[in-house]
Amino acid sequence: MTSTAEPQVTVQTARNLGLTEEEFSRIIEIMGRVPNFNELSVFSVMWSEHCSYKNSILWLKTLPRNGGRLLVGAGEENAGLVDIGNGLACAFKIESHNHPSAIEPYQGAATGVGGIHRDIFTMGARPIAALNSLRFGNPDLKHTRRLVRGVVHGIGDYGNCFGVPTVGGEVYFNDCYNQNILVNAMSVGIVRVGETVSAAAGPPGNPVFIVGSATGKDGIHGATFASADLTENSAEDLPSVQVGDPFQEKLLLEATLEAIQTGAIVGMQDMGAAGITCSTSEMSARSGVGMRIDLDKAPTRQANMKPWEILLSESQERMLIVAHKGMEHLLMEVFDKWDLECACIGETTDTGRLEYYQHGEKVADVPAEALVLGGGAPVYKREYSRPAYMDKIAQFKPSKISMPKDWVAAARQVFASPNVVSKRWVYEQYDSMVRTNTLTTNRYSDAAVVRIKGTSKALALTTDCNSAYVYADPYVGAMIAVAEAARNIVCTGGEPVAITNCLNFGNPYNPEVYYQFVYAIKGMGEACRKFNTPVTGGNVSFYNQSVFQDCTEPVYPTPTIGMLGILDDASRQMTFDFKAEGDVIYMVGTPCGDINSSEYLRIVHGIHYSPAPHFDLDEEYAIQQAVRALITQQIIRSAHDVSEGGLFVTLMECAMAGSKGFAVETDANFRKDAYLFGESQSRVVVSVVPAKEDELVNYLNSHNVPFSRLGEVCGQHIQIDGENFGALDAWQTVYEHWLSDKMAE
Amino acid sequence: MKFGVVVFPGSNCDDDMMYVLGEVMGQEVVKIWHKDYSLDHFDVGDCIILPGGFSYGDYLRAGAIARFAHIMPAVMDFARSGGYVWGICNGFQILCEAGLLPGVLLRNSNQQFICKNTWLRVETTQSPITASLMPGQVLRIPIAHAEGRYHADEATLQTLADNDQILFKYCTPDGQLSDEANPNGAAMHIAGICNSTRNVFGMMPHPERASEEALGNTDGRGLFESLLACVAHEATV
Repeated sequence: MTSTAEPQVTVQTARNLGLTEEEFSRIIEIMGRVPNFNELSVFSVMWSEHCSYKNSILWLKTLPRNGGRLLVGAGEENAGLVDIGNGLACAFKIESHNHPSAIEPYQGAATGVGGIHRDIFTMGARPIAALNSLRFGNPDLKHTRRLVRGVVHGIGDYGNCFGVPTVGGEVYFNDCYNQNILVNAMSVGIVRVGETVSAAAGPPGNPVFIVGSATGKDGIHGATFASADLTENSAEDLPSVQVGDPFQEKLLLEATLEAIQTGAIVGMQDMGAAGITCSTSEMSARSGVGMRIDLDKAPTRQANMKPWEILLSESQERMLIVAHKGMEHLLMEVFDKWDLECACIGETTDTGRLEYYQHGEKVADVPAEALVLGGGAPVYKREYSRPAYMDKIAQFKPSKISMPKDWVAAARQVFASPNVVSKRWVYEQYDSMVRTNTLTTNRYSDAAVVRIKGTSKALALTTDCNSAYVYADPYVGAMIAVAEAARNIVCTGGEPVAITNCLNFGNPYNPEVYYQFVYAIKGMGEACRKFNTPVTGGNVSFYNQSVFQDCTEPVYPTPTIGMLGILDDASRQMTFDFKAEGDVIYMVGTPCGDINSSEYLRIVHGIHYSPAPHFDLDEEYAIQQAVRALITQQIIRSAHDVSEGGLFVTLMECAMAGSKGFAVETDANFRKDAYLFGESQSRVVVSVVPAKEDELVNYLNSHNVPFSRLGEVCGQHIQIDGENFGALDAWQTVYEHWLSDKMAE
Repeated sequence: MKFGVVVFPGSNCDDDMMYVLGEVMGQEVVKIWHKDYSLDHFDVGDCIILPGGFSYGDYLRAGAIARFAHIMPAVMDFARSGGYVWGICNGFQILCEAGLLPGVLLRNSNQQFICKNTWLRVETTQSPITASLMPGQVLRIPIAHAEGRYHADEATLQTLADNDQILFKYCTPDGQLSDEANPNGAAMHIAGICNSTRNVFGMMPHPERASEEALGNTDGRGLFESLLACVAHEATV
């Protein structure tokens, strides 16, 4: 069985494949012998960070992973499943494709989108919406703009052709992402309860099929690539980046959903990271069975592929399907109709082992259980220590920050921050309307709203994470990420239901990075418990840092939250545009007294080290409950949460969306720069018709919710404390054109 | 009257069209698989829709492969016999590639995919899908395409204008023509046209995305209502 054509396996071979010496010893112990190169390759990808979660799983298990509406919890299947009523369930998940996108932005981002959609429809759910969360470096750099162009183009080309609307997301720019951008893609799908397909192989004796695209040499060792630092030489890993074909994926989607209806499918798993290896081992391990796979039968794109190349290929748009014996023809008919490959490559066995054959010879034989998370894959407890930079943060003294002399100029600076300006240049390249369910095309809300045809319901969807807050304080920052996501859904009229997370961090072997990870998980868990939004799954992406000239720069810790909310009555969607002149503007929540970690502090004062903005979980919860009540009782006409750029930017967004100006007063009890531009949390700007003002005030007073009357909607100008800040349309021009002008540079 | 929506591999607005015609407009509508050869169960007075999407991945060129699909000879025969054929977005591209409509659709002038609301000015009411509208009426209907820049030689453009075959032009919200209001750089701001016998229509914007109050836009509905009224009228005379 030892294949002489393959490299001799030594501890150095193992190291080259990203395994440690200890891991290599353990593999020998499991195997009872030195593995051959094929087997070692299989272990290396399955035990990579990407597939095994070996450095994160201990902490991930501390997150709340079950709750009221959860039908399938985190890790049980490809994605979590949430009961949304009417006999329907929602499958949703977010995943990173950071390293491929940093090297080849177009294909990296495109296949990120393709991969996450496959995770959803492999469960039998039809994807109905996509979101994405993107982090880039300094937009003044040509390199950054090249990456932005490539990523946006890649997401657009894939998602548009696939026919699922991209309905929301976020884009941030920060120097910490100059080399290592983040591309997190989220897919949301709908399935009838009871019609889901499991990713388990089922009993022995059933045929195993590979369907969809042929297997090529692209993406080999992609999972290992994703589990190492990016270096100057990473471009040489280009073959590790997969190539996407959205047209194939569209056919695969339709064929797969149709095939499920035939009843011929026992179990199914998409092929993402680690290709055939991962899908055969995870499906087998879930059912405690084995598989005998004949690699000669897998359709390949080129001749003479080596066993490990076929096993590890991350060619896109493929699925592994176990069919009921005797019903194979039903499966084949469907795939024939859609002109897709459907090849029987083996069968399930009772051995518990994965036996791969080529040219009639057994080329690898490994126990399935030993490969997977929760089975034999290693689990590590990592050291962590408080990062040294936290001292710099603790030294921040707001009293040393002078107030701007020219308020209009300061407002203009904040308003033109790349993190504040309109991302129109980005989102207009995405089809956001196909499937005709997007309720936020012609209405402005804090979260994207997607209706469920045939019901009165809609989903409210958002992704959120201000990584500057998480950098400043991982614990509080991660809580804020969850809180902001929930606030966005509440301001849209929805009920927060569950989250998926994409945890983007640096190298876990760096104790300071691991500290960020640990505290972010703690904060996230606490916030999720408070909002009763369990974690349905997601993805961990470590090694987001770049080594350049011996200096390691981790990205800001970026635990992106993708949140699902439900509107029971889609027609009750709340919007944030100012509705009519004379409406009164209120702020629900305590006025802001701090400028910590704000865009204002960074942009106007150039300060990058300050604590996270004020946040209190109970206060946040109370504010959200109040806003929900104001919406349910139809007291308010608009609601918009205060986030980047502070109250000023929030008011401007309401004004621009409604094409109406406003006049407001600040409060002399607070620093004016903090009041206008500070980013303390738990604040929502609402507007109300004068006739309902009393109702609003009474409700908030009777529930002990802090609030302030800011002013009113009027004219076409911006007035603050009697000072004319200029015409709304002049501000809007900057807001709308900043990014497209920058991208044209 | 009956509608048929052709499903090519890669069509992705087929279900949207089915929903608007079936659920919103309450019409009889069926899907037609691209591998079919016949439209025998459709009569003149029925309408075949070529929906939006990325047929065959838009590989080679949008619509270039779809026009060779098994169903296309039947669609062409149906059109020549006077049946209504309506192509939207990718469907418009296919109709041009098939020669049922003149001209071609090139890559947008900014070389990017564009998805946004646009405003269309109704240029003629001399067509079944515009007959019930007002001349000069402005409709807000979204586009979503990368290859939508209408192009034809001067003589063809002149013929289209002379024959009143231009159905819609991109315009500002108050009905003015300008380069800024022309999202893809289309010749003569053209968003939609019909053939000389006025039974084949092609347009880049998506009326099916603008036909429901729930979506906050009903401007596209008038096109469907117009076609239905026209056919009903013809049936009575």
